Amino acid sequence: MIVEVGHFALVLAILVAIFQMVVPAWGAHVGDERLMRVAEPAALCQFGLLAISAIALANAFITSDFSVANVVANSHSTKPLLYRISGVWGNHEGSMILWVLILALFGAAVAAFGRNLPATLKANVLSVQASIAVAFCLFILLTSNPFLRIDPAPADGNGLNPILQDPALAFHPPFLYTGYVGFSIAFSFAIAALIERRLDAAWARWVRPWTLAAWMCLTIGIAMGSWWAYYELGWGGWWFWDPVENASLMPWLAGTALLHCAVVMEKREALKVWTVLLAILAFSLSLMGTFLVRSGVLTSVHAFAVDPTRGIFILAIMTLFTGGGLALFALRARNLRQGGIFAPISREGALVLNNILLTTACATVLIGTLYPLVLEALTGAKISVGPPYFNMTFGPLMLPLLIALPFGPLLPWKRGDILGAAQRLMFAAVLAVVVLVLACSTFHRGPILAPFGLALGVFVMLGAMIELATRVRFGEVPWRESLRRLKGQPRSAFGTTLAHFGVGLMVVGIVATSAYREEKILVMKAGETTQLAGYALTFRGAAPRTGPNYREEVGVFDVMRDGNAITVLEPSKRIYDAPPQPTSESGIHAAWRGDVYVVLGDKQKHGGFTVRIFFNPLVRFIWIGALIMFLGGAVSLSDRRLRVGAPRRTGRAIAPAPAE
Amino acid sequence: MTRKQRRGVLIGVGVAVLTVAVGLVLFALRDSIVFFHTPSDVVEKNIAPGQRFRLGGLVAEGSVKRGEGAKVEFVVTDTLKTLQVIYEDVLPDLFGEGQGVVAEGTLTPSGVFVADTVLAKHDETYMPPEVAKALKERGVKLGQGAAHPKGE
Repeated sequence: MIVEVGHFALVLAILVAIFQMVVPAWGAHVGDERLMRVAEPAALCQFGLLAISAIALANAFITSDFSVANVVANSHSTKPLLYRISGVWGNHEGSMILWVLILALFGAAVAAFGRNLPATLKANVLSVQASIAVAFCLFILLTSNPFLRIDPAPADGNGLNPILQDPALAFHPPFLYTGYVGFSIAFSFAIAALIERRLDAAWARWVRPWTLAAWMCLTIGIAMGSWWAYYELGWGGWWFWDPVENASLMPWLAGTALLHCAVVMEKREALKVWTVLLAILAFSLSLMGTFLVRSGVLTSVHAFAVDPTRGIFILAIMTLFTGGGLALFALRARNLRQGGIFAPISREGALVLNNILLTTACATVLIGTLYPLVLEALTGAKISVGPPYFNMTFGPLMLPLLIALPFGPLLPWKRGDILGAAQRLMFAAVLAVVVLVLACSTFHRGPILAPFGLALGVFVMLGAMIELATRVRFGEVPWRESLRRLKGQPRSAFGTTLAHFGVGLMVVGIVATSAYREEKILVMKAGETTQLAGYALTFRGAAPRTGPNYREEVGVFDVMRDGNAITVLEPSKRIYDAPPQPTSESGIHAAWRGDVYVVLGDKQKHGGFTVRIFFNPLVRFIWIGALIMFLGGAVSLSDRRLRVGAPRRTGRAIAPAPAE
Repeated sequence: MTRKQRRGVLIGVGVAVLTVAVGLVLFALRDSIVFFHTPSDVVEKNIAPGQRFRLGGLVAEGSVKRGEGAKVEFVVTDTLKTLQVIYEDVLPDLFGEGQGVVAEGTLTPSGVFVADTVLAKHDETYMPPEVAKALKERGVKLGQGAAHPKGE
């Protein structure tokens, strides 16, 4: 019964979304205030209905209602509660429900908090948002309905793929989708602005918080996916340039460019056309990510659906919105008025460079991801484009970006002084050189460029802090005065510093772990000891163990360093009950200096096991860096100026922002 | 500087970055793409030793020699031709006889494929699409058992 309610709510949501798509836009066109105002209750209602739908589905999973086909295919009664819940979005149909739910949530948030938006803009934004909802709800209902019943109901389900039964992966899709779908708001704003032919600094101020929120979630979502791949897949790597990873990286790159470009538009009213184009592209790339992942054209853990009608449906949605958006852009972009002018060496200039490099990098990733598909369609040749391609193209483009990064925030608007900025960064540069010399003298192996990479990461980190120090005139005025200035800084300044610091930290982690990783594959019998990167690992033997929904063979390793016992690692080989699938659980000792990572391999005929041991130096910095970037975004989002629904600067000081 | 000159500088930078990027992409695409072949392709196309490629097919029944040192040996087949593979690493969890596999590496002069990467599927009922497609093109009938190797 509850399942039917959910199904019915989904159908109602489509009707509401169609209403929301047509009526407010018509109202905005003819200038009827009443028609425009229906967008708000419609958006809230649409969200409510989809929430009912999602709760009904979640209920079916939690109570293990095996009369629902989707639950049978993806759940099992012995599965722990957390994974019964995450199983809702651990499959194609359920994940699409999550997709539209988040889409509706964003729409409802605009309706509820966007009080100071002009009526026509708001009506158009919500109308565009509803059109996306209509497309995806129809997609769910016609090709991927999770509410279909099965008769007779089996006694138990097939279970969720065990490698997806994992805490990081339980939360990875919601964050990732919030990021993907969050760019829909930027898209809707861009389309609405093009429809109205009105684009000004205020528009950028409205768009920025939504873009920032989406970017934050995408950042942390990608980081979670990478972290999961690192410890779950047992290869000791954290990024594989897998097409599915690229599918999430591309909107991130475009979104990062959009975020920076919107700053220029807000502050200087320049780069309008470009900002709108990026807003369209960021969401188009999100749609493409959804298409690549959902259509089954790629080999990956995400390819649940290998059903061509679904792929074609999403391709049609993508063509409609990307094509429509770009066509409207081509028609209207000409009419947008030029904004403020600036010298090439200036804050604007630096942000333009940021945009050029990020979008070019995004394009190279796009080419590398789509080239095999295109080539196969044209010539039938099957190829794969692997890490060497991406390292060769993406790396060189990130290099100037990272060198320029600390300079950007130090340059003033309109016209800057690169020498002045360089002087301020002298301290960072000197310390970076010290790191370079130290790295060269310490490590005699690894690529020759690696010490430069480490130095660059340190330069970016210090550069971010110097920018904040410059703002509070640290060292120039008494420290009490600096402290007072620090308190007076807007939160967005701290956000910038944090996010840029996080980038530097991530670079250090990436370079260190890629260049200086140590690895060993050997056969170990009980009692044997092996050395790696200053650690001594002793294999104590293996024993069987039973978990809640799996059996496993656990290998026990004592880890020693300089004669002191550090930890005991227990990598294992598991067999899950449902589905009966084997997985490897790696044993990881996490420390600041690096991770000791042990994988238990095949059992040997003459006793012992194959064992694979890694030492991944500073690998934690990668995810900590991403977390700091996320926090930077959060701090920035809490800035009063960016706060959604905050009164305008000229407005009265009343009307506090809701929900705080 | 006039407005036009300023714009010129920006466009110049943009074009320069794009040129470099295009150069990199073309260079990288020529040098670092890896072709996908089945064992029959390897014989027909006469692939030279030392050339890197991806080998796809099914792991032949009864061919896997594991548990004798860290080295693993198995045979990849597309049911028409076979190729011996050596791999010195821990195999993926879902690697198994009769199942789809993709291995990346090079041929030795003696005609053995030395793999440095072995990819299997991520779940029980899934076949790497390029393997499924390649086998289909070869006219190999993929019954239920082959598409869902364990037949569940």
